[in-house]
Amino acid sequence: MATASISVSETPLVLYLLRRADDALILGHRLSEWCGHAPALEEDMALANMGLDLLGQARELYSYAAKVEGKGNDEDKFAYLRDVRQYRNLLLLEQPNGDFARTMLRQFFYSAFADLYWRAMMKSGDATLAAIAAKSEKESAYHLRHSSEWVVRLGDGTEESHRRAQTAIDDLWALTGEMFEADDSERSLIASGIAVDPATLRSRWLAMISDVVGEATLALPKSDWMQQGGRSGRHSEHLGHLLSELQSMQRTFPGATW
Amino acid sequence: MYTQALNTSDAEDRHVEDADRAAQFQVRIDAEDRIEPNDWMPAAYRKTLTRQISQHAHSEIVGMLPEGNWITRAPSLRRKAALLAKVQDECGHGLYLYAAAETLGASREELVDLMLAGKAKYSSIFNYPTLTWADIGVIGWLVDGAAIMNQIPLCRCSYGPYARAMIRVCKEESFHQRQGFEIMLTLARGSEEQKAMAQNALDRWWWPVLMMFGPPDKASQHSDNSTKWKIKRFSNDELRQKFVDATVPQAQFLGLTIPDPGMTQNEAGNWQYSTIDWNEFNAVLAGNGPCNRDRLAARRKAHEEGAWVREAALAYAAKRRNRQAAA
Amino acid sequence: MATPNIPLWEVFIRSRNGLAHKHVGSLHATDATLALQAARDIYTRRGEGLSIWVVPSNAITASDPAEKGMMFEPAESKIYRHPTFYDVPDEVGHM
Repeated sequence: MATASISVSETPLVLYLLRRADDALILGHRLSEWCGHAPALEEDMALANMGLDLLGQARELYSYAAKVEGKGNDEDKFAYLRDVRQYRNLLLLEQPNGDFARTMLRQFFYSAFADLYWRAMMKSGDATLAAIAAKSEKESAYHLRHSSEWVVRLGDGTEESHRRAQTAIDDLWALTGEMFEADDSERSLIASGIAVDPATLRSRWLAMISDVVGEATLALPKSDWMQQGGRSGRHSEHLGHLLSELQSMQRTFPGATW
Repeated sequence: MYTQALNTSDAEDRHVEDADRAAQFQVRIDAEDRIEPNDWMPAAYRKTLTRQISQHAHSEIVGMLPEGNWITRAPSLRRKAALLAKVQDECGHGLYLYAAAETLGASREELVDLMLAGKAKYSSIFNYPTLTWADIGVIGWLVDGAAIMNQIPLCRCSYGPYARAMIRVCKEESFHQRQGFEIMLTLARGSEEQKAMAQNALDRWWWPVLMMFGPPDKASQHSDNSTKWKIKRFSNDELRQKFVDATVPQAQFLGLTIPDPGMTQNEAGNWQYSTIDWNEFNAVLAGNGPCNRDRLAARRKAHEEGAWVREAALAYAAKRRNRQAAA
Repeated sequence: MATPNIPLWEVFIRSRNGLAHKHVGSLHATDATLALQAARDIYTRRGEGLSIWVVPSNAITASDPAEKGMMFEPAESKIYRHPTFYDVPDEVGHM
């Protein structure tokens, strides 16, 4: 018998923490898939470093969520024993790695957002969140730096790299809007000074990425149609496959310690 | 790690270059002086080292694959982070080693191309599959344990850049074996199913790990120069024995059985193991191990799919240089 | 087709303020910015550094080991450059 998924008491703060933790875990997992397969050894090191930063963020956020929830869950139960509809990450982050351009554009869009987001959260009224934000902001700032450099090189490199980078932008663009959405549950935390209102970050984010994309001789799509769903558990088809791999051991050997 | 089996030197290459310089070179070696990149060295020394260091580097890079196979399935977030960090370390070790080989005059690209073309060896151990999570424990505990036996003496190798790379590698690797042993210990203290998983992994990896040290001393013909040049400081059998003696008590502590019923301890305290199946070793070296084709295919795929990225970065750098020159 | 070479860089790291940058190793990168980032990702994963220099390997001019005698041996006989060459009575104390 496979282990049943846990149930989670999604109070606004628990839900809020799980959303951030899931973002970090899912993107960190995707980056870890590159290990041993990157375009150069130097880049293999860089991708693993970013993956490890994100795994670290996820662990801190899950642990805090477990503490807040107080139902005996822990980082591993949250990661390994929730099914696809219980995951709350952004659709953008569960997208498969694709080629190196897609991985870097995904990283770039998210890191530009995350850096602003964590920086704002350093002022959170919740001291634990503020501390996690202070650590995560430095990590995101570097991820943004590194991915920006690559976006510029891919965009302004060869014809092929330009085409691949532009395709990645076009394919991922509709998944970026979700970063700036907040539902009622989150708004209550924003009102009480615990959470960050992501909508307030959008214009700065757009200015940041426009600069880099312009320098890269690439273009942002005109379309402003944006997909939603990750935050409420309506995911793309990709997440289920990711989770079946991520969770295979815990699902195959219920209750075992590793 | 993993060069003991591969470090053959080029005896045939010892044409007389300059007898005086060769003699002075040997005096420096005998005095435990270190040889540095621009120093005069016999062509055979250069060739032997280039081959050994690059094979060592290839082993690190190919060695990322069997463990990398479990990064996405690691059973806890703690294990996942540790495994990713460990496999990343191996990438770093490959990188340091390629750089050490490059000081001898070959480029990393040439060396990698040789490996991808199937013309350079890497450690045979990585041509075995990782079937269960316990394999990750066994690799850390035994494969890294065997590698450490081999690598510590290499920190005193006569060639400076190689010795310095090995010092860095050994320092970083000190957590690898411990994380492997910790995984094994957790399994050994776990359910019957987990214990069986641990035993099964040990059963599959034990003999290939002993083969990592290379052919028995009586069968290896080329170690004379490597020893004379202080590249190699212990024989294959000496290191293998040291490893077995260190490992047996660890296996006993774990409650696992080494798959060698004929093993006995002699009066000196050494554990005497049964005859190793060198036919299997030779078959794997010849390309017929369970994963040889998969490993090379994975490295070729990464290399080929990364080509446009490397080209883009080179093209961008050239454009920027031109723009700066024009400005 | 042979893989095109990517330039080699030498990496120097200051491990603590107050110490000089020390050579730690090499890497490959197409330009200085990526070289600096790669140096950070490769050589400071365990908190080894507070400052990094990267230098194109081909920008280094090295002395020729064959000229070691000419270059360095003349210094060996100038023992009067070292404090121990001079006798100062113990009563004078530390100088």
